[in-house]
Amino acid sequence: MPKLIKNGQLVDDNAQVLILDETQAPEELSLPEGPVFVPFAVWQAHKGQLSGRPGLGVWLDSHEDVAELAEDLGEISGVALNFPKFTDGRSYSAAALLRTRYGFKGEIRAIGDVLRDQFFFMQRCGFDTIQPKAGKYSDAQLEAALASLQDFSTPYQAAVDQPAPLFRRAQRAA
Amino acid sequence: MYRYDSYDQKIVDERVAQFRDQTRRYLAGELTDDEFRPLRLQNGLYIQRHAPMLRVAVPYGLLSTRQVRKLAHIARSYDKGYTHITTRQNFQFNWPSLEAVPEILAELASVEMHAIQTSGACIRNITSDPFAGVAGDEYIDPRPWCEVLRQWSTFHPEFAFLPRKFKIAVNGARQDRAVIQCHDIGLELKRNEAGEIGFRVLVGGGMGRTPIIGEEISDFVPWQHIITYNEAILRVYNRHGRRDNLYKARIKILVKALGIAEFKRQVEAEWAFTRGGPSTLTEAEVTRVGAHFTTPAYASLPSEDAGYAQQRAANAAFAAWTKRNVLAHKVPGYAIVVVSLKDPKRAPGDVTDSQLERVADLADAYSFGEIRATHEQNLVLADVKQSDLFAVWEQLRSANLATPTFGLLTDIICCPGGDFCSLANAKSIPIANAIQARFEDLDYLYDIGDIELNISGCMNSCGHHHVGHIGILGVDKNGEEWYQVSLGGSQGNQTSIGKVIGRSFAAHEMPDVISKIITVYQAERQEGERFIETVRRTGLDPFKLGVYGEAAVKERKQNA
Repeated sequence: MPKLIKNGQLVDDNAQVLILDETQAPEELSLPEGPVFVPFAVWQAHKGQLSGRPGLGVWLDSHEDVAELAEDLGEISGVALNFPKFTDGRSYSAAALLRTRYGFKGEIRAIGDVLRDQFFFMQRCGFDTIQPKAGKYSDAQLEAALASLQDFSTPYQAAVDQPAPLFRRAQRAA
Repeated sequence: MYRYDSYDQKIVDERVAQFRDQTRRYLAGELTDDEFRPLRLQNGLYIQRHAPMLRVAVPYGLLSTRQVRKLAHIARSYDKGYTHITTRQNFQFNWPSLEAVPEILAELASVEMHAIQTSGACIRNITSDPFAGVAGDEYIDPRPWCEVLRQWSTFHPEFAFLPRKFKIAVNGARQDRAVIQCHDIGLELKRNEAGEIGFRVLVGGGMGRTPIIGEEISDFVPWQHIITYNEAILRVYNRHGRRDNLYKARIKILVKALGIAEFKRQVEAEWAFTRGGPSTLTEAEVTRVGAHFTTPAYASLPSEDAGYAQQRAANAAFAAWTKRNVLAHKVPGYAIVVVSLKDPKRAPGDVTDSQLERVADLADAYSFGEIRATHEQNLVLADVKQSDLFAVWEQLRSANLATPTFGLLTDIICCPGGDFCSLANAKSIPIANAIQARFEDLDYLYDIGDIELNISGCMNSCGHHHVGHIGILGVDKNGEEWYQVSLGGSQGNQTSIGKVIGRSFAAHEMPDVISKIITVYQAERQEGERFIETVRRTGLDPFKLGVYGEAAVKERKQNA
């Protein structure tokens, strides 16, 4: 079973991320068994049918607006945010908005071009689950990559993981 | 100046460890070139024509002598004995080896320095007024605010991968000396009618391919809210800035596309959620940071030192230097000294290891142990007694650091250009040196008076050519290096973007072109009129005529 990082631990995961190829329309729904993240377009097309299905998540691409999912967050167990390229930083803001603006408590998963040197930032922005592309890292490499979650022990600014900035957290001597 | 506490120190130490491991993984083949590139750039490391280039952060241009000696040591031990001051007040090393960079970073960390976010699509080093704290026209010292923003922006997790680089500048004086109108965010410190401190906020300024002057998004953001307000701007930009085209990815393009009113609406809608939240600045934090920027123990002195006046009268060369490179200080009997890095025999902004050590020695002896770097690529000793100026001058002169041309035609702002930079279309240093050689006569330079000549080797505009009174831009025409000339640009309160005068020139023509422009100015100028004022009054036509000749101008007009 493929491994990913959840809450700072390496765990087995069998959720599937459903990606439609060009020939598939969102309306033609055939969901695999078990936990799955469906594209936003599929969710919109089949919301009524999919609402409340156990293990159902929705994934958003970096150009898709989390605000459009805000009202549906109670119906799904997770949101996956795609990084088409690791240099596309929009999903950091999307994750932060999901946690702070929309109060989403479910899983937020980083998918796509997810690399260990960005784990620290992802965690700070509210991603609890980090899923590098299949085959990108061996289990041993992913185990070693857990260290990157600890790159900085005491960051300056507030973020999702630490809602107070350092100047409110610590007594700093002048 | 700001000194690290254990938190600051830990962050830079952890950065060294992180980058050491990233470099190790890159060299071991575990990171691809594409994966390593943004990581090294966010640590100021470019791969250049000859070797990597490492850009070291100098937050708001302020340095201690200990730091300057460390930079001299790095130049000597890891480089070729010199370094270069950039137009964003940073230091660049042009010849380190990739393998040595983690060690250099460890050396820097030992003196509270780093290379964090000196490049890459993130919030860059925050720049400011090089005369902060000592200028007579200052309303509010910008340095504590710069430091607060430095800490906020360092490793901000949401804004590490913006559409493009993001530059913030802060000014707190009547005269803008931080080019705030040409920054992604320009902050002007001010007081409201109740006397409370806040910021006028400009957004969407910048140079580069599409030079744009920033627009006011707020005329007063109270200081408590400056972090949340900046975060709101950054979040709108991070989500909606263009990522499909590198040339259209800066915030200025987004602001233009939406219009400032709509952009402001989006920012304020975002801000409504975070305003007053935990990132609201506290009095205690501002006091803590502000306490680092204390007023030095100035002596009580007469406003005019008698010996200084005698020395000027007795020594014409000293008098000339004081006329240009010594500026008024807010405290009686003190002066601001501009240490010129415009020796015509060197690249503008270059400084050697031994010169740095000389400046450090002088700062320790005469200027409270502090040194500033300017965006105009000089150094500054900000607190020199008038009675010490002669001694300082003699020592600067013997180290070739007293070229008496501050603010004159040969005090050229110049990017490293094609000699070093792999982005450049053309060389810029030889053009600067050729112009400096042409205009070496000091009396002539003094007669020309205040003028700013800026040179960039490509559209990225590191040499600030758009805001030069005379701007020179290196362009590529069928693989050859050509130079386009613009006039009428200006930094400061009356910031303007220069206009191109016509067809571009070959490198060897450039000194003649500048001579012709200066000749036109001398013929056209009215009593007491500076170059930029003449250009504004007459427009470009007389200059075009002087440079291209009547026949060529006529022909252009007919073809137009």
